[in-house]
Amino acid sequence: MHKIEILGMGCAKCNKLEELAKQAADELGIQYEIVKVKDMDKIMNYGVMITPALVVDGVVKVAGKLPPYEEVKKMVKG
Amino acid sequence: MSECACNSGVKLIYSCSGNADVGEISDRAARALRREGFGQGSCIAGIGAGIPGYIQSAKGADVNITIDGCPVACARKILENIGITPVSYIVTEMGFKKGSTHVTPEAIETVYNNVKEGKTGEQKPVIKGGGCGCGGSC
Repeated sequence: MHKIEILGMGCAKCNKLEELAKQAADELGIQYEIVKVKDMDKIMNYGVMITPALVVDGVVKVAGKLPPYEEVKKMVKG
Repeated sequence: MSECACNSGVKLIYSCSGNADVGEISDRAARALRREGFGQGSCIAGIGAGIPGYIQSAKGADVNITIDGCPVACARKILENIGITPVSYIVTEMGFKKGSTHVTPEAIETVYNNVKEGKTGEQKPVIKGGGCGCGGSC
C-alpha cells in the first residue's frame, strides 16, 4: 500500500495535484491511500517551504508547482 | 512558514550563516528580510543534507536568493550543485572584510538594503576549491 500525501492548505493547485495523483495511481493500478495534509507543522517537518507538494511514501517529489500529468505518474510510481 | 505557490513570485532566501563575522551578518540580514516579508526563509543546510522537501522547494520557487559572507560562496554553490542558479549576494563585496567586521545593526542594515534594492555589488569570481579561510585575500 502506497501512501500519497498532498501538502497544502486546499487551494486550487492543491486540489488539482490531488486529482492528478489519484488519476495516476488509478491508471497505474497501484494500491494507495491518499491523505491531504494541512497541518503547517507537518508540512514544515518535510522541509517543504512552498505548497502544493506531493509526497509519496514519505519522500517529497515536488513542491510549489503543478507538474504535467506524465511527470506526476512517474512520481507516483516511485 | 510554507507559502502557497498560488501567489506567484515566491522568493526563497538563504544565508551561508558561516562562523565568521560576515557569515553572521549574512544570517541576520536574511532573517530581517524574511521578517519584513521580502521573501521567505529557507535552509541551505537542508539542501546540503539532501532533504527532498528543501530541494523541491528550491526548484519550485520563482527566485532563489543567496547571501554569502565571503567569496567562497558556499550557499550559492550548494544551490548550483542541485542545478539552480540563485541571485547571489556576497557580504565582502559590500565593503566588509572577513575577520575584522563588527556585527552591528548598521552592517546588517547595509546588507539588508543592498539585497532589497538588488545591488549585487562588485562581482568578483567565486573562489573555486576548498576555501582556505582567508576570505578571498590570497
